[in-house]
Amino acid sequence: MNPDQGKAVQTDCECDDAYTLGPLQMGPPCCDPEPVIQVEDLSLQYSGKTALQKVTLDIYRGCITALIGPSGCGKTSFLSAINRLTDLIPACQVDGRIRVDGRDIYDSACNVQALRRQIGMVFQKPAPFPLSIRRNITLPLREHGITQRLTVESITEQVLRDVGLWNEVCDRLDTAALSLSGGQQQRLCIARALALSPQILLMDEPCSALDPIASGVVEDLISRLSGHYTIVIVTHNLAQARRIANYAAFFWVKERAGQLVEFGHCRDIFESPTHELTAAYVNGIRG
Amino acid sequence: MFDVFAINRWQYYRELLVQLIIYILVLLVSAVFIWLLFDLTRGGLAHLSWEFLTESPRDAGRAGGIGSILVSTLLILLVALFVAVPLAWTTAALLSEFVPTTSQFGMTVRFSLQVLAGVPSIVFGLFGNAFFSIYLGLGFSILSGGLTLACMLLPILVSTAEAGLRAVPQSYRLSAAALGLSRTATLFQLLLPAAAPTLAAGLLLGIGRAVAETAALLFTSGYVDRMPGSLLDSGRALALHIFDLSMNVPGGDTPAYASALVLVVLLLSINIMAMKLAYGLQRKRIMSV
Repeated sequence: MNPDQGKAVQTDCECDDAYTLGPLQMGPPCCDPEPVIQVEDLSLQYSGKTALQKVTLDIYRGCITALIGPSGCGKTSFLSAINRLTDLIPACQVDGRIRVDGRDIYDSACNVQALRRQIGMVFQKPAPFPLSIRRNITLPLREHGITQRLTVESITEQVLRDVGLWNEVCDRLDTAALSLSGGQQQRLCIARALALSPQILLMDEPCSALDPIASGVVEDLISRLSGHYTIVIVTHNLAQARRIANYAAFFWVKERAGQLVEFGHCRDIFESPTHELTAAYVNGIRG
Repeated sequence: MFDVFAINRWQYYRELLVQLIIYILVLLVSAVFIWLLFDLTRGGLAHLSWEFLTESPRDAGRAGGIGSILVSTLLILLVALFVAVPLAWTTAALLSEFVPTTSQFGMTVRFSLQVLAGVPSIVFGLFGNAFFSIYLGLGFSILSGGLTLACMLLPILVSTAEAGLRAVPQSYRLSAAALGLSRTATLFQLLLPAAAPTLAAGLLLGIGRAVAETAALLFTSGYVDRMPGSLLDSGRALALHIFDLSMNVPGGDTPAYASALVLVVLLLSINIMAMKLAYGLQRKRIMSV
């Protein structure tokens, strides 16, 4: 839970010039690895074809974990297995076990909607709903039973401030979300995910469809979110992974199936990789 | 060296010929429509008047107007839509959102709808007569006519609505699911509004079909040209009125022309409305909202 959310913030629309990024404080340092997502022997198949083979990996609380590797090595599949978005893909079969906070999410007793509320996701292509900016944030809130007008308004402002979008849109919250620029749309999507105060954020190449400046803004945002949220980010931008991530997991395609090759502290992966494939990939020799 | 300025004569003439043929064919197609409209206007315009549109027919339709006929047509249409639209749109939502594309069930439903779409309307008429009029005891009535039409409209309404829902970008579904929205909420809050232009276009297409229907109503809603008092009264549809005037009533040609003109103008405006609506909603969705 983000402790700042729901707190009364000023709700009247007043566009101050200061580039406020909301009252996010630095979270606890990432030195105490406490696993929040435990993945055991995860295998994933699309109509019988293996996309991901036997991945075992712990993701630590409050840290940014970057998933790197060439296209088609199962990074996105891995990500969508964590919030069970794989359920939406026909003929997708998931084996193995994923535990979030110690509870098996593929258990039949798991409430998928509650799970997805706890695990936010940001996609590669900004995908705001074809509604107003405000409705993009309030719709999921209302669906999750947060209907009190003042609370909804304060959360809306809070998350828009968190992603640095408030000053840009506060006087036109009722215009179409699709009229925003690509970078703004992506930040709106992040705000929309944050509004549900998730514990974990999954990001699937959130910057790849953006220009370098917008990408920089989103990247800053992600590093500021670290500590408050557990973030798993897929990125093809190795420099970016190196800048923002605490941990990195390197995936590679072996025998047409994605596999985890190496996982460790980001610095170790980039500076002293133990596996030669990792060394070749991060140094730009292969991949 | 290859001369880029040399014109291949044979190729040039071939292009010209193909273009010419296409233009002639297109002109022919449009000519049919224009000739039809011209002929109807020539034969019927003089007979059109406010009285013609509001009065009930007299002397088997030779005199009087088509007021009661228009009312019957409208009532039959309303019954048909009232029954068919909820059924069709829920079926479409089921097929596109809740059943996997390749599932046996979905394929069966889709196949039977395709077959239904190919059934001639006279067969629908006989079915409606046997089932609604006789078996359910509704007799020759607006209700049995409307229900028969509803069966006929189902395939077209389902297929347009399903296509509309499927055309909504998958990213909306994924984003909504990732935010923990239920499938029902996703359907009602996002997918149906996004598919609204196609739903509206399909609806108007269906209305056009229903307004023009003759054969299916022949044995179900009947011939009676009085002003209907209730849904259980028989009522004559406009297309049926034209059929009757031109086939069975000597001296009914002029009112037949006028009625046909009314029908065609009605259909034309429905179609134009459908196009405008589909285009306008689409634009609105992309530009703003």
